[in-house]
Formats: sequence, C-alpha cells, structure tokens
Amino acid sequence: MQELIQAVQNSQTFLSGLSEAALAIIFFVLFGLVFATVAAVCALVFVYLERKISAHMQDRLGPMEVNTGIPLLKNIGHGWAQTLADAFKLLLKEDIVPNAADRRLHLIAPFILFCAVIAAFSVMPFGEKLVVSDMNIGVFFVLAITSFSVIGVILAGWASNNKWSLLGGMRSAAQIVSYEIPSGLVVLVIVMQVGSLRFNDIVMAQAGGILHWHIFQFFPLNLIAFIISFLATLAEANRAPFDLPEAESELTAGFATEYSGFKWAIFYLSEYANMFLIGIFLSALFLGGWTSPFGSLFGGFFDKPGWQPVWIILKAVAIIFLQMWLRWTLPRLRVDQLMYTSWKVLTPFAFVTIFGVGLWMLF
Amino acid sequence: MQEILFFVLAAVAVLSALGMLLNKNPVYSVLLLIVTLFSIAGLYVLLNASFIAAVHLIVYAGAIMVLFLFVIMLLDIRADVEHINLKRLSRILALLATFIFLGETFLIIWMSLKGKAAFVGLGEGILGDVPSVGELLFTKYLLPFEIASVLLLVAIVGAIILAKRKLRPEPPAA
Repeated sequence: MQELIQAVQNSQTFLSGLSEAALAIIFFVLFGLVFATVAAVCALVFVYLERKISAHMQDRLGPMEVNTGIPLLKNIGHGWAQTLADAFKLLLKEDIVPNAADRRLHLIAPFILFCAVIAAFSVMPFGEKLVVSDMNIGVFFVLAITSFSVIGVILAGWASNNKWSLLGGMRSAAQIVSYEIPSGLVVLVIVMQVGSLRFNDIVMAQAGGILHWHIFQFFPLNLIAFIISFLATLAEANRAPFDLPEAESELTAGFATEYSGFKWAIFYLSEYANMFLIGIFLSALFLGGWTSPFGSLFGGFFDKPGWQPVWIILKAVAIIFLQMWLRWTLPRLRVDQLMYTSWKVLTPFAFVTIFGVGLWMLF
Repeated sequence: MQEILFFVLAAVAVLSALGMLLNKNPVYSVLLLIVTLFSIAGLYVLLNASFIAAVHLIVYAGAIMVLFLFVIMLLDIRADVEHINLKRLSRILALLATFIFLGETFLIIWMSLKGKAAFVGLGEGILGDVPSVGELLFTKYLLPFEIASVLLLVAIVGAIILAKRKLRPEPPAA
C-alpha cells in the first residue's frame, strides 16, 4: 500500500499531485470495489459449479437450457448463463419487507455479513506482491473480522420478526461462536511452526514444492489440524452438513426467510464469497499458498511470479469442490450432534495437535 | 492522514456511545456499542497496537456483544420497556463510578499539564505488537496474567456447574 502510493506520487500522471491521504482513500475505495466485484463474479461461477456438480453427483444434468442464444451454438454451453439469468431475476424482483419487521435492521443485516467477509479479503495473499495489506497480524485479523458475520446473521433473524428467522439466527450464533474455538486454535499450530502471523511469511515457509507444504509436515499432526480447520470453517460458513441455521425442512430458509430480491442475493453472495475466502485461507495456511507444487522441477518455470495467483486460486477451487462434495454427500447434523462435534471432538483434538507440535518442536 | 483518522474515529466512538446510552431499543444500543468498540479498535491500530486491536475485536465485538444480542433477543426485550427503575443502591454506585471516572480524567489532564505523564503519539507506540505483548505477559506481568487465567478457569468451571445443575439422563449422543 505505502509502496503503491509512493509509486503513484512519483509517476508523472495527473494523480501525482494528490496528497497521500487522498490517494490512500482513493485506493481503499478502489480495492473495496474490486473485491466486491470479484466476489460477485466468483459467486456466479461457484453457484453454477455447485448446481452442475450436485446434478452430476445425483445422476442429473443440471441447468442446460440458458446459453448464448446465438442460433447455431444455441444448445452448446451446458447452461453456463443460468446463474447470470438468475442474478438478473433477483435484481429485478420486488424487495419485500414484512410489516412487523424492524426496517432499518432488516436493511443493514445482509450488508454487515457481506462487509465482514469482504474485509477479510484485504489480507489474503494472492501472490507475493498481490496483497492489499500484508499486515503483521494477518491471520489474526481474519479471525477477528470474520467474527462480525455472526452479528449480521442474528440481526437478520431478529429484524425479520419471524419465528423461523429468529430460530435460524440463534442456531447460527451458537454454531459460529462454538466453531470459532477449534478453528482459531488450529491456526496456532501453523503459527507456532512459522513464528509469524503474517500471511506471506507463512506461505514462504512452505516454498519448495509439495513436500514442503504444512499439511505434510509433522505428520500426522498437521493433517489432523487441516481436517479440524476445514470442518470448523465449513461450519462457520453455515454450509452443509452444518447448515442448520437455514435447514429448509424445519426452518423454511432460517434467517433468510423474510428476505427477497437484492438483499437475499447479498446473503447468497456472502456465502459463496465466504467459501472462496476459506479456500484461500486454508490453502495459504496448509497447502503452500501461492507457491507451486513442483518446486524446482521443470527448471523452476512454475515458480515464476506470474503463476502465483493461478496456484492459490486453483488450490482454493479444489477446497471449494471438497466443500460441495461434502454438501451433496452427507446428511445434515442434529443440533446436539453439532455441539458434540465442536466441543467434544474438534476442540480436544485441536489441543492435542497444539501440544504435540509443541513437544515435537521442543525435542 | 493519521490525525484525520484519529478525529473521525474519536468522533464516531463518542457519538455512538452517546447513542447507545440514549437509545431506548436495547438491540440498537448493542449495535451502537459495537460501533464504539470498532472505532476504539481503530484507535489502537493508530497507536501501532494492531494485535491489541484484533484481540479487542474478537473478544468484545465477536463474542461478548453476540452474547448480549443473544440474551436480549431470547428475552425479547422490546422498545416499549420505558421506565427502567433504578434502585437506590445502583444510583449510588452509578454516581460513585461517575466521580471516579471524572477524577481520573482530571488527574490525567493535570499530570499532562505538569508534564508528568508520558503520552504516546500517533503511530509511535511500540507495545502493542505480538512479541512485545507476549514478552511482557510472561516476564513483568506474569503473576497478574496467571491470576487472570485461574480466574477464567474458575468462571468456566462455574458456568458448566450452573448449566449442568439439573442433571438429566443424557440423550444418546451421536
């Protein structure tokens, strides 16, 4: 950020006359817009992927009809434009607010959720230089800022003034607060090994090919840590099999029951942006981040800086595929099973991995 | 830049705190308190204490405020709870707390006028990052740190005992 401002000030364009503060504000707004746009596009792609993957897992075809509309190519494309059409439909829909709802809170709740997710992208390392703010507490910042998402969810539940919404919001609050504990604890495992909370330090500690990735170090402790982290973040994102807050068979749509049109689209957007965030987060922590899996093979060709965003996005997409796979394979958990998993399975194992790695590093 | 940010954050903190006190709807009050805590975290960042800021956000905004919201929503306290009957004892306590706070404020102003208190300028702090906090906790402030952790442990055990007081035969788990 500082370097970028310096570079712009030194350049001979019309922007060089602006003060540091003005440039900083311009860049913040710009980055925010870029991330919001990227999140929206990602959500479109991931929703399409989810529908296709689920369809093929269930021996169906999924969306096939909405294609380009060009006469000869009409039926080619596997319905790629379906989610685009859906998004336009959502934007054009009437925005319904229930009479008994708290209008202001009903309006801001989805945006709190969305902001909490988007803000975390500001420290995500898409490459060695491709990070908005490589702050020295990066990992911790993500944990802190994403904990705001629960406020958006329970507000949505309460402001709708609907019993299903309220129950969904309550469930979500209990679930997210519980699963924050194991997901925060296992981050410590990696932080202990690297000795830094900065994302780029963590990624660079894994440079040199697939065998240097954290997931394969301290075998099997880090592998267990990865599994715990994956499950806990899955629960924090309210994804199946942990999607009790919006269990459609019991709660209609949970906290999102009374939402329609654009505001409902924001909820949807946040969920898929959150999945992408988790993908980037886990691959930076455990799967080598933006480093290539080949190390110095192929003459270090894949280690060139241009490949960095490609690698981390590929790894993130792989994790997202895993999340979708689980969603369409496993049945939903019961509430008591959900709490049991967090407090009696994941949390003790997280402590075991921390303790084990600590002992291993000591001797 | 830092001065502008400081004044914006300070103004937001004070205004939202006032709003929290004056608002009749408890849910709005909690939300405004979250805004206050958020801007105070911003002030910590301006003092180079980014670690403290993140802890502040996780503990207060992420956990405690969620608990507040939870309780308020479960009890369904609505805006029509108009008259909050302050007992005489709590009035006396409130007065006492106000006087202590005012006294501290005047003490600090007085000491700074005399040049006795050391103040950290914006962006000059060195005590808020991870290594320095950790080092202080495990050397200079080891005893208070351990006492605080024992206190937390007692609180956790107490919470479990309270929650499990009416022990029923457990439903078959998993």
